[in-house]
Amino acid sequence: MNQSHSGAASRRLFSSVAAFTLVALAAGQAAAADELNALVWCDHTDPALIEPFEKANDVKVNLKEYEGTGAGLSILEQSQPGDWDVMVVDAVDVHRVIDMGLLGEMPADALPTADIFPELRMEENNTKDGKTYAVTEKFGYNTISFDKTKVDPKDMEDLSVIWSDKYKGRIALYDYYLPMIGLVQLGLGKKTADLSNADMPAIEEKLSAMKTVSKQVSDVVSSQTALATGEVDILVGGGEWITASLAKDKPELDWIVPKQGAVRWAQSIGVMKDSKKPDLALKFVQYILSPEGQARLATSSCYWGMPTNQKAGEHLADEQKKALRWDDQPAYLKNTQLYPIPTAELDQKMQDAWTNMMQQ
Amino acid sequence: MTTATLEQSEHRKAWGLVAPALLWTVAFFVIPFLYMAAMSLWSRQGREILRVWNLDNYARFFNESALLRGLTNSLEITLTVTVLSVLLAYPLAWIIAERVPKRWQRMALILAILPFWTSYVVRSYSWLLVLSKGGVINQALLGIGLISEPLEIASNRTATVIGFVHFFVMLLTLTIYSNLIQLSPNYRRAAADLGANAFQTFWHVILPLTLPGVMTGAFLTFVLCIGDYITPQILGGNNELVLPQIIMLQIGRRADFPMAAALSIILMLAVTAAYVLCARWLKIERA
Repeated sequence: MNQSHSGAASRRLFSSVAAFTLVALAAGQAAAADELNALVWCDHTDPALIEPFEKANDVKVNLKEYEGTGAGLSILEQSQPGDWDVMVVDAVDVHRVIDMGLLGEMPADALPTADIFPELRMEENNTKDGKTYAVTEKFGYNTISFDKTKVDPKDMEDLSVIWSDKYKGRIALYDYYLPMIGLVQLGLGKKTADLSNADMPAIEEKLSAMKTVSKQVSDVVSSQTALATGEVDILVGGGEWITASLAKDKPELDWIVPKQGAVRWAQSIGVMKDSKKPDLALKFVQYILSPEGQARLATSSCYWGMPTNQKAGEHLADEQKKALRWDDQPAYLKNTQLYPIPTAELDQKMQDAWTNMMQQ
Repeated sequence: MTTATLEQSEHRKAWGLVAPALLWTVAFFVIPFLYMAAMSLWSRQGREILRVWNLDNYARFFNESALLRGLTNSLEITLTVTVLSVLLAYPLAWIIAERVPKRWQRMALILAILPFWTSYVVRSYSWLLVLSKGGVINQALLGIGLISEPLEIASNRTATVIGFVHFFVMLLTLTIYSNLIQLSPNYRRAAADLGANAFQTFWHVILPLTLPGVMTGAFLTFVLCIGDYITPQILGGNNELVLPQIIMLQIGRRADFPMAAALSIILMLAVTAAYVLCARWLKIERA
């Protein structure tokens, strides 16, 4: 009896140990050897982009998504040095992050700078004192998206349409003050780079007019939904990043760069100064900038945008290139300007103007 | 054992029982709250946070109409939602408690709270599609010829209120129902014996007896509604901002935690005022 009892106990013990070992082995096989923490925009969260890197390097990439540099800096302020390895940031804000001592230097010869569109190399933004801290990885335009079956496309060629009465109640405004105020500045016939405190009264007046004729002020998802469902016919601040991914199902949606120009957005990627895995982080940056990584990033599920690496074209289908207007880029690049880069004081004024406009 | 020793032992036992909850509250409410209150007295200058105590954030709140409007918008929307939710939930709860046969009541309640099972965000986006120009409501009204132009019921305050009311009617139905089924049938019998008709019985007996439940549900609605960020963000079309949206703007765009803390304190004061009013009313009722 005792022997039998002891045998049963041994079997149970063996089963338990075997089960534990199997689970541990399975977990060991499933778990990646290393981890990388990346603070990114939503386009980097597409598994089609991240999984090839994870598999090739046996690494788990932990992604934290944010929108707007302020939000990204908030996250960093609440983190410990070394928590983050890689950061994606608005190209015009790279210096802000460098000055805070958050971005680390990357070896210039390890980056495919020569393959990047010359206008997108943006040395004045991505480098400081001859050192490279970030590389532009994707770009596009904040301009006018519209339903060409419901509005006259000719009207969209003039930026003044965004505050005219003609399409009152049929316009959505993209809820991001920087490119929107940049667009207004262009509409007023001025350069985004020259935007100063003195321009704000005229800009506020135009923002007020825009609010009066608009139906809503919305984030990316709501803007896209509003345009796709016909709730609005025009999205001010939209561009290929809103319409390209809908091109198949909604061929009536289009976008244009008006004669006064449009605002060009660009996002950069860099390695964090206090990263505990700088080599792996650099490898990730290199992957994102590779032609394959660039093609995947350009057509990411969250939003599409132009890749900065010219060689990415070899990995994009003709339809994808058409939706991105690949062949029109030289002309668009000439007629677009970067986001305004405000001082802290001007930035607050711009945000106040935007909040006042929403509360109008 | 003397009476004094026994009392001391009971006292220690009582403290022992209360201590875990007390520690929890101090660690996760009192200390964070005090930290937030202290932070609300700091200020953001440019891209730096100055840790010098001042009332600048509160002064800014009262001097900037866009910020003050956030509070008035929040209060207007919350009061509208609370009143509408009570008006819709009471009859629903009453029908379930009084008119639906006992064996079907559970099923009726499950049906009433079914929308709770879906994600809050998904539900809000669904409402956006339902209320849009090409949505079910406008298409149905256009189809039967009741309207010639689509109604503007999406991306504005109406949409926010509809989204909220849909959610809170479910919550209030539960609280009012639980109050109604606890009422003894003897109250109705006594009222009938005294010659009251069905309406008089409801008005003079049932309603006053269920008002504490209504007030509790209404207070919960007020608290949850005034602090909500998602529904106004998705359904309101940013055509007006409520206080939680403005708090989010301070954190997300400006990294201005002191201002966000000051606005959160103001939001808490609004909730506290509602609680005090509610508690006073319930005290008066009981008295």
